[in-house]
Amino acid sequence: MQLEIQRPGEYSMRAKNAHAHNDDRESTSTTVFGFWIYLMTDAMLFATIFVTYAVVFTNTAGGAGPGELFELPFVSVETALLLVSSTTFGFSMITARAENKAATLAWLGITFALGAGFLAMELHEFGGMIAEGHGPDRSAFLSGFFTLVGTHGLHVASGLVWIVVMAVQVTAHGFSETIMRRMMCLSLFWHFLDVVWICVFSIVYLLGVILNV
Amino acid sequence: MFGKLTLDAIPFHEPIIMAAGAMIVLGGLAVAALLTVTHRWKWLWTEYLTSVDHKKIGIMYIVLALVMLLRGFADAAMMRTQQAVAVGPEQGFFPPHHYDQVFTAHGVIMILFVAMPFLVGLMNIVVPLQIGARDVALPFLNSLSFWLTAAGMLLTNMSLVIGEFAKTGWVAYPPLSELQFSPDVGVDYYIWALQISGLGTLLTGVNFFVTILRMRAPGMGYMNLPIFTWTALCTNTLIIVAFPILTVTLALLGLDRYLGMHFFTNDLGGNAMMYVNLFWAWGHPEVYILVLPAFGVFSEVTATFSEKRLFGYRYMVWALIAITVLSFIVWLHHFFTMGSGANVNAFFGISTMVIAIPTGVKVFNWLFTMYRGRVHFTPPMLWTIGFIITFSIGGMTGVLLSMPGADFVLHNSLFLVAHFHNVLIGGALFGYFAGLNYWFPKAFGFKLNERLGRWSFWCWLVGFYIAFMPLYILGFMGMTRRLQHYDNPEWQIYLIVAAAGAAVIAVGIGLMILQLFVSIRDRDLNRDYTGDPWNGRTLEWSVASPPPFYNFAQVPHVHGIDTWASMKAAGETVRVPDHYEDIHMPRNTAVGLVMGGFTLVLGFALVWHIWWMAGVGLLGAVAALIVRAMDDDTHYTVPAETVARIAKHQNLMAERG
Amino acid sequence: MAVLDPKGEVGMNERALILGTTGWMLLVVIPVIVMTIAFAWWFRASNARSRYTPEWAHSKRLEAVLWGIPTVIVVVMAITAWQSTHALDPYKPLKHEAKPIEVEVVALDWKWLFIYPEQGIATVNEIAFPVDVPVAFDVTSDSVMNSFFIPRLGSQIYAMAGMKTELHLIANEVGDYDGMSANYSGRGFPGMRFTARAMSQEAFDAWVAKVKAAPQRLDAASYPALAAPSEYNPVAYYGGVTPGLFGDLIHKYRGGPKSHGQE
Repeated sequence: MQLEIQRPGEYSMRAKNAHAHNDDRESTSTTVFGFWIYLMTDAMLFATIFVTYAVVFTNTAGGAGPGELFELPFVSVETALLLVSSTTFGFSMITARAENKAATLAWLGITFALGAGFLAMELHEFGGMIAEGHGPDRSAFLSGFFTLVGTHGLHVASGLVWIVVMAVQVTAHGFSETIMRRMMCLSLFWHFLDVVWICVFSIVYLLGVILNV
Repeated sequence: MFGKLTLDAIPFHEPIIMAAGAMIVLGGLAVAALLTVTHRWKWLWTEYLTSVDHKKIGIMYIVLALVMLLRGFADAAMMRTQQAVAVGPEQGFFPPHHYDQVFTAHGVIMILFVAMPFLVGLMNIVVPLQIGARDVALPFLNSLSFWLTAAGMLLTNMSLVIGEFAKTGWVAYPPLSELQFSPDVGVDYYIWALQISGLGTLLTGVNFFVTILRMRAPGMGYMNLPIFTWTALCTNTLIIVAFPILTVTLALLGLDRYLGMHFFTNDLGGNAMMYVNLFWAWGHPEVYILVLPAFGVFSEVTATFSEKRLFGYRYMVWALIAITVLSFIVWLHHFFTMGSGANVNAFFGISTMVIAIPTGVKVFNWLFTMYRGRVHFTPPMLWTIGFIITFSIGGMTGVLLSMPGADFVLHNSLFLVAHFHNVLIGGALFGYFAGLNYWFPKAFGFKLNERLGRWSFWCWLVGFYIAFMPLYILGFMGMTRRLQHYDNPEWQIYLIVAAAGAAVIAVGIGLMILQLFVSIRDRDLNRDYTGDPWNGRTLEWSVASPPPFYNFAQVPHVHGIDTWASMKAAGETVRVPDHYEDIHMPRNTAVGLVMGGFTLVLGFALVWHIWWMAGVGLLGAVAALIVRAMDDDTHYTVPAETVARIAKHQNLMAERG
Repeated sequence: MAVLDPKGEVGMNERALILGTTGWMLLVVIPVIVMTIAFAWWFRASNARSRYTPEWAHSKRLEAVLWGIPTVIVVVMAITAWQSTHALDPYKPLKHEAKPIEVEVVALDWKWLFIYPEQGIATVNEIAFPVDVPVAFDVTSDSVMNSFFIPRLGSQIYAMAGMKTELHLIANEVGDYDGMSANYSGRGFPGMRFTARAMSQEAFDAWVAKVKAAPQRLDAASYPALAAPSEYNPVAYYGGVTPGLFGDLIHKYRGGPKSHGQE
């Protein structure tokens, strides 16, 4: 058997004074990796909801279908808000790396406003549909629609809470390793929501209107 | 004010439930009194409840699993008793209202609150030690996972005395589980208990996946991973992919029930078959989540107690990976009788059979690990041998069921019940018991009593066969599962035999409790001073028992599989490095416990439609998370001198031992 | 042993499949069990005569055999599975010179409704058919999911609301056979049993005449009372039945809220 064995003298050693810093960096990369994995589980969650939506898509039970319900211009504005918010978050990351507190907070604020606008429009759409009798309890199709879009909306809402918490932390602590790690995770989260929304927009709205069942 | 909750929810008129509730309360009071008398509250709080140490969390998981095993077994005993008597004019002890809850609770508890916490507990104790890490990647998250699991478990048990549990079977198929057919709170308890504990499991999956990928000691490549860690990696991969499906499935059922949606209802376009598909798209991988770590335990145990390297390590790993991948394309075999076409049924039948190939390979490799070895019949090894024999039978009946033509007459029969108990008891549970006996000294510093361990094993093994072989026969006699009452007198004798088997298993459980008690009482006779009581092969045996909280004073370097065995062979087991370094460790925190508590409040409030209380639970949990996020002081440094002092003390103990 | 003592062609084929498959698998399972005990015993630590090679942990040739054995077993089984699944497909009509009898099956809380569309009769918890004549079942549910199963005749099939599943069976021997729901469906599930009576053609004709003579009619007026939940329902006969009732029960779940007004 050809196993190389460690010898006591060969124990891995790091310079004592440098190790705290190393630990931080290591833990940042591990945390960000962990967050990636979490996002994968979230992607799996959305994938499952997409599948259920695909199954119940035609089950309108005599009620309204996508063609009658979706207003593409309205949703396009909504989409634009979210896409722009991804860009503005990108700016907040850049300014954070430059350790520019005021600019970072400003970009976070703009991102928050755009996200809140998106959410408000979504709620407006929901409210209108429910008022006209196309609520989630009307048909399996509408259950699927409200659940898929609503789950994304809930994610955006959590993202908004996170942005507020992040802004408070940046104000209080500046740009430590820990803060930057959290900014990084939030950034991944926010862009992820964008990607999911693009799927929602194409599959639910565009395809829905095109197929017009 | 209290939603649907009134005093009527407490079943004062049902003596069996009230007695069970009283036993739980008395048991809790007894534990509390013991803690008070021995002044252990503070110890419990600092050493366990608020600990983020993976070893402590692992122990808590296993304690939870063992306690729930008693509850789940009590349910099983009630079912066996009921079916032994409820024939013809006799209605037995339990009316349908109660019996239907019992078999639902039994399934839910055994799978989600016994098997899951047991294997997560074993992973917690073992994986970081095997890969030479000081903790898991995300220690706080680990504590949160545990408390979410505990919250789900408590919610399930609250349903015993406040309201009722689901009467749907553990799969909760709609439309039966829809509001129209199950208007009571039972299904809501089911939904929220599974949702909360499922979230905990999902976080565990993420955590251990990251841990194994990122925290391995230098030099430990994927083909040097200890085999148990490999099984843990596969299991956590399955958790990451499969548990979100469960989350969605239960959420959709919840939306149907709470917001009147129509995912799975009979009317307005709902599709109940979708639930069945989604449930098993999670449920089948879940079976492998349960059994793969047990395979890992058997591999470690067989190698150690045959004093031989694991035979065909590389093939074992590939077999594991094959099982992991295949487990996602077999779910339809749970419902061949739904009327899918012959092509679809045949595809899923064959894909299921294909899993038998890597599984068979694993069995052969265990056999050839014993071959030309020196087999020691310790309790872990006995569980392993018992497993190989029992699992071969369970595997065979499983492949038989994967044949759609055979399943058409055996589906949902007691043959099926016998089959999955055969693989879950004979496969998963035996593995956890082997692991418990094997790693107990590592976690606590003393061995379990071997004689009582052997007796307990024999009772379990013999009891298992007496309890479940009759069920195979009853399946052939056309008896379906979940019958509170039956008319065919020919079945009764087999059910009486099965009940006797359950009694033998009860003795096995009793002996297990006795084994724990005697071992703790006589712990000074069975101390493990060396840290390596079994002449082990992997890194967890290279540190003291119990290991210091930081596990490794110096992170080891790895150059092959079975690092510790090689080090011993080369005579290089000295654990005194020439130099110690400062160690960065996470601080204890009560946030996980607090979040678990608020989540329990949230779940309970949602079950009973107490909306203000749900708000309190949700806000409390979120606030606790934000408080945690605001806390930058989550780690501390153990100075090198402290590490040196602890290491010196432990080496002294090792020499004395 | 109802499943191992079938009284119809489908069940006989399934028994043959079960026995054949089990026998084929025992070819490996028995040796594995014997080897487990033999290896563990012979290579016990206290046996000084057994060989000990602690480093022997790999053998390409042996590994090829270890993968080969289960692969061969599974390949044979896979072929069997493909053929038998097609042969035993419950939707496939049975090859037989006699014209099949049609029976429509509705699972209710907690009893079975059987409609004979050609004869214009309906029964609860009892069916009859002539021996050696194929029976074509159309199955649905007007409640939760159940599984329609007569163990002595063979395959079962799920009964689901808003959907029609099909099952073809035949009885080759006269007798009364137990039928049941094989899928748990709630409180009254244990009592959801029926008798399947295979009889001679003459006896069957007499049975139809007897049912026809029953005064009760199954129609929109009498159906709700039957569909209401009940447990351990006695056998009941309906001398007449509204044509198309079975289809209506399926379709009421398909449309919008208007056709949903049955409740």
